[in-house]
Amino acid sequence: MTNNPAIELKGISKAFGPVQANRDISISVMPGTIHGIIGENGAGKSTLMSILYGFYKADAGEIFTDGQKILIPDSQAAISAGIGMVFQHFKLVENFTVLENIVLGAESGEFLAPSLRKARAELAELAAEYELNVDPDAVIEEIGVGMQQRVEILKALYRKANILILDEPTGVLTPAEAGQLFRILGRLRKEGKTIILITHKLREIMDITDTVSVMRRGEMTATVKTSETSPENLAELMVGRKVLLSVDKTPAQPKHQVLEVSKLTVVDEAGVRRLKEVSLNVRAGEILGIAGVAGNGQSELLEVLGGYRSATGSIRVNGSEIDLTGSSSDGQSRRARGIAHVPEDRQREGLIMDFTAWENAIFGYHRDPNHQLNRFLMNNAAIREETAAKMARFDVRPPNPNLTAKNFSGGNQQKIVLAREIERNPDLLLVGQPTRGVDIGAIEFIHKQIVALRDQGKAILLISVELDEILSLSDRVAVMFDGQIMGERDPLKTNEKELGLLMAGIISEAKE
Amino acid sequence: MDFLILIQVLDSTLRLATPLLLVCLAGLFSERAGIFDIGLEGKILAAAFVSAAVAYTTGSVWVGLLAGIGASVMLSAIHGLASITLKGDQIISGVAINFLAAGLTVVVAQAWFGQGGRTPPLQSGGRFEPINFPGAIPSKEMADVGPVMQLYSELLSGHSLLVYVALLTVPLSWFVLYQTRFGLRLRAVGENPAAVDTAGISVVGMRYAAVIICGVLCGIAGAYIATALQASFTKDMSAGRGFIALAALIFAKWRPWYALGACLLFGFFFAIDNRFQNILLPAWSLSGVLLLTAFGLAGYVWRKDLLDKIVLGGLGLGVAFVSVLIVASAWSAGLSTQIKIPVVFIQSLPYILTVVVLAGFVGKAIPPRSGGVPYVKEK
Repeated sequence: MTNNPAIELKGISKAFGPVQANRDISISVMPGTIHGIIGENGAGKSTLMSILYGFYKADAGEIFTDGQKILIPDSQAAISAGIGMVFQHFKLVENFTVLENIVLGAESGEFLAPSLRKARAELAELAAEYELNVDPDAVIEEIGVGMQQRVEILKALYRKANILILDEPTGVLTPAEAGQLFRILGRLRKEGKTIILITHKLREIMDITDTVSVMRRGEMTATVKTSETSPENLAELMVGRKVLLSVDKTPAQPKHQVLEVSKLTVVDEAGVRRLKEVSLNVRAGEILGIAGVAGNGQSELLEVLGGYRSATGSIRVNGSEIDLTGSSSDGQSRRARGIAHVPEDRQREGLIMDFTAWENAIFGYHRDPNHQLNRFLMNNAAIREETAAKMARFDVRPPNPNLTAKNFSGGNQQKIVLAREIERNPDLLLVGQPTRGVDIGAIEFIHKQIVALRDQGKAILLISVELDEILSLSDRVAVMFDGQIMGERDPLKTNEKELGLLMAGIISEAKE
Repeated sequence: MDFLILIQVLDSTLRLATPLLLVCLAGLFSERAGIFDIGLEGKILAAAFVSAAVAYTTGSVWVGLLAGIGASVMLSAIHGLASITLKGDQIISGVAINFLAAGLTVVVAQAWFGQGGRTPPLQSGGRFEPINFPGAIPSKEMADVGPVMQLYSELLSGHSLLVYVALLTVPLSWFVLYQTRFGLRLRAVGENPAAVDTAGISVVGMRYAAVIICGVLCGIAGAYIATALQASFTKDMSAGRGFIALAALIFAKWRPWYALGACLLFGFFFAIDNRFQNILLPAWSLSGVLLLTAFGLAGYVWRKDLLDKIVLGGLGLGVAFVSVLIVASAWSAGLSTQIKIPVVFIQSLPYILTVVVLAGFVGKAIPPRSGGVPYVKEK
């Protein structure tokens, strides 16, 4: 082994029209180390990785592997330069087997049978070498996300990758799976592989990386040794100002029961039971957090409460029954009963991306007499004015109500939705993934708003896959797994490990 | 119905299923790669015209076949350009090709031959002739020989070369799709093009390859219709086969061997239509069949939504009513009275089957997941 860096970028720049996505980026990563790249959404991390994997061509700059200058015009070139990529959204063919996915694009000849035979043998070797066990004949859609991620890593290793780039690898994993992933990465590092880990989670950077680079607005603001920095320091480098990482809140003072859900069951179109007799309650002045890995029934629960999925069982709000299947089971009637909803997917359910901010600011409440000029016309001028005021209060940038929703960043889109729902003064607020794809600065603001609403004595049901968020915001935590509530814990008396076990459906070991 | 009639119907099934099968496999390649092709119909029509016109002009059916394939591939390339390179809507591009072919074939035929938008009848040499296996006997002696000889001479022997080619295309397609590198990549590109792209393979290249294969198979099908099944080009002679093949493709759940079965079934209905213009059934059996259909429908909608119950239940009631009418009208003459089934009904059987298949009565068919979606590389 020489002393050359495994991979080195010098002065990489890339612009999309007037937007400078990467400006003069330089990184150098030594072999056998894990290098973290951290930055907010839109900081240019993904663009940089796309350049490394041959999706984009850099406007300027050079790339070296092991001291040799290389060109990466396409993915094939990246692969042959020994660069392997594990994308945030896996690039797997769902109805192919593990083996077929690994072989795809790296076949050894025209015919499939010998390729598959060779891959099967090599896979067994790789599995033994890196402790990466996967059933080669399993079909991708039938294995869990943790396994799918292993397949992605194996794909890269099968192509003889020496440099492994992982983009937000823990976003879809349980804490236990994430732990496993980090063990695998540690093992790969020991075997001399070089790993670049892209993430927005400060804790992961602190846990596993050797060196870390911080990106902000397309520029590399700092590269430091992980052991010589702190999360607070990194957060400040990311955002450009001091950030409060923990949520500041007083103990809850819960009052009367607002939401009572009992034995809620949902069967989907395919006949699968998505919710299995879920019962829970939320009182005024408290936040109930629901933790769980995505896809365990949380979305269905929100959809039922929000009025756009039918279910059996019962829901009572402020003591009176809610219609679950009949004609008044819709978002409109739910809002009339004082239920506001910040949906999980703001771009699909929360906003109409091609409509302006002021139009988006009244959806769901557009029949409100305050918005009407007379029987036929809406009072658009007043709505615009009101929206501008709301945008000022919620610090939406730019504060221009005439801009279409898609022109705002993720955090500002979320603030528009939040402003719409909170300012209606609901009794119950449903919030799904409030900070998904939102930058740190905006997260701080959104969390403050949610806690403030609680302190006004409102009931809040929070659903999030971010365990940190659940733990720091909630007054009580319930964990969902496979459509059931596995248990409820006090966030001050539990820990990630216990919740992680519940999230994986293991109750027995999680009992105190 | 004696054995010879059955053999003759099956023989005709095979001939009529051949173009469907070729087109169905053409669609299979295209759709497996994620390119929906509603323009199959236009391609076979164009190929039928060009092959007939060129075969007539040159006197060689082989030149005609090549020209037909060329025309179809050219339309495929247009579809590819619109839907792969320019990322346009695949349905619109396909519909445009259908219109283009329907109009252009007649106009060019009129300008070329001046016979009212058709080509002159093809002479020997300009047609694919039946291939007679050794020892096979001609049709007129068929009644005098045993069933094995009838089977051999009528059903197996005596088809044009393209019928055998179509049958061989089935195992060949299966082999290409499931046993080769090309097939793996082709199937992957229809399911998740991003996976193919990140593996360093050109999505565009794979999709063009699939579309071109589709063009070649449609070309053979068109040439078969004009130069083997019939002996000239006539206006709209593709007769909806492109669409029926699409229905067969869904019926076959995008699999080659299933496609063979589905196309033979459709071919069988066409053969019945060809062979039996007048079907007489005793009143009791006709009314029984209708009643069974009505009960079947009622059973099917039992657990369905209200709208299904109204529409299909209404249909079932209608069928039951017709059945009662038949019984009532035949009552005085006795229930064994022979009743003639309308010719139009027999003729519409393949199309009714198409509707039934498309309405999803045959279970859920899952199309390739990225079908119809142009691939745009994400960052």
